[in-house]
Amino acid sequence: MIDSMILFFSTNFVLYALVAGISLALVAGPLGSFIVWRRMSYFGDTLAHSALLGIALGLLTDSNPQLSIILSCLVFAFLLTLLDRRPSISTDTLLGILAHSSLALGIVVLALADSVRVDLEAYLFGALLTIGNADLIWVLIVVSLVAIVLSVFWNDFVSITVHAEIAEIEGANVNRLNLILVLLIALTIAVSMKIVGVLLITSLLIIPPAAARSMAFTPEQMAVRASIIGCISVVLGLISAFYFDVPVGPSIVVVATLIFLVFYFYPNVLKNRN
Amino acid sequence: MSIPDNSKNTASDSANDVHARSVLLAAKSINKNFTEKRILENISLTIEEGQIVTLIGPNGAGKTTLVRIALGLLQPDSGAIYHRPNLRIGYMPQRVHVEPTLPLTVNRFLQLANRQDKALLSNTLKDLKIGHLEGQQLTAISGGELQRVLLARALLRKPELLILDEPAQGVDLAGQAELYQLISEISDRHRCGVLMISHDLHLVMSSTDEVICLNHHICCHGKPEHVTNDPAYLNLFGANASQNLAVYTHHHDHEHEIGGSVKERNHD
Repeated sequence: MIDSMILFFSTNFVLYALVAGISLALVAGPLGSFIVWRRMSYFGDTLAHSALLGIALGLLTDSNPQLSIILSCLVFAFLLTLLDRRPSISTDTLLGILAHSSLALGIVVLALADSVRVDLEAYLFGALLTIGNADLIWVLIVVSLVAIVLSVFWNDFVSITVHAEIAEIEGANVNRLNLILVLLIALTIAVSMKIVGVLLITSLLIIPPAAARSMAFTPEQMAVRASIIGCISVVLGLISAFYFDVPVGPSIVVVATLIFLVFYFYPNVLKNRN
Repeated sequence: MSIPDNSKNTASDSANDVHARSVLLAAKSINKNFTEKRILENISLTIEEGQIVTLIGPNGAGKTTLVRIALGLLQPDSGAIYHRPNLRIGYMPQRVHVEPTLPLTVNRFLQLANRQDKALLSNTLKDLKIGHLEGQQLTAISGGELQRVLLARALLRKPELLILDEPAQGVDLAGQAELYQLISEISDRHRCGVLMISHDLHLVMSSTDEVICLNHHICCHGKPEHVTNDPAYLNLFGANASQNLAVYTHHHDHEHEIGGSVKERNHD
């Protein structure tokens, strides 16, 4: 068992999956915390669903799939921010309409473009083990970019999240910071499609922070602990995918959910042991 | 020819009478409507260094709207706002709601305003007597404590002008008097101007220089003693309010003897 595990983790595709998953979990901790604090999980869902439309359009125009996902996520993020600034119907309803219409449209377009065979399931639920060189490089570039921007603007992001008006009086450019944060989320969602898939991306962003909430006293503690929980979920998810022969993306999410449930019902589980 | 040359500074031009360096903020003929409803009508005011201006008025009179316009958070439909160049404002909003999912200690909340100056932070905590709250969650402290924490955050910017939207709300009566006293002391010590909204004129009377009575338009304004006798004020707040005030402004027409019995004074 141990021997086969070592063999499992030393194979190239598993190593790639591990590196991609862990680096993503590291930025998903802090970024997902903002999604939780700002109640944006539905927003994340909408972006993820629109990514499928991006893939479809990318295939139709024969362009780089990763690039078309990133572009479509950024465009959708930008549009949603604009719509949010002058609400005509409730944001909730608007997001619901956009999320499912873009998902449906994406699937329809993919079905019509029958010149290319597309593994729809891979996009919906992720295909971490098929990650190649190019995918890994995309993940690493985006993750480093997100990490740098997050650390530069960290105090400002927390400040506008706690109270936007005080932050504005104190000199923060609230609209610009909001847009930057949304674009970071869009970028992260775009590259995590391959890892957990359209339908599960938001869960990778919000479950680790939710699990970390009960043992955090400051925003920073919550963000860091969410990253750690995310990394543990990726590793255990990969192992159990191998052990039980189940899809990797859903298995990562299941592990994260189990960790969340433990901390939700036993918030002191770590303190008692010390 | 004695026409004053105002052409050098267009900002002060538009906000009329802004000549002295001591003017921190001036509003000139502010009008604001919300969906056809007139909220503010032709409001002008100035706040100078060290001056405390209190806005009073019934609910829905436009007090918070005026404050938001003064802060620059909201644009007026017409009229102009002048801020002294590079004016540092400390702002205390009416309410602060922190998401329960967001863990935040008092200390971390205050550091959002100023991360570098640790000495200023500990001095401010001491001045406002909230040092013991530092490690507590912002969601776990009482209303009165929260108001002090918000005031501390405003002070950490080393403000030249403090803008406070109902600073005493959620504070018990004794605490309110103390809080207004504190604001007055801060204004004296730092020579900063204060614009605040209050419901209770009788509590702020002793610590305010100018009262503006607002009900969409400025009903009356001036020194607190003047405003309380103004028919417009009495009309707005009723005779009841002036009786409350009488407790604080009445002339002593009797004295107490050592035994406690009342000795009538002779009136002229």
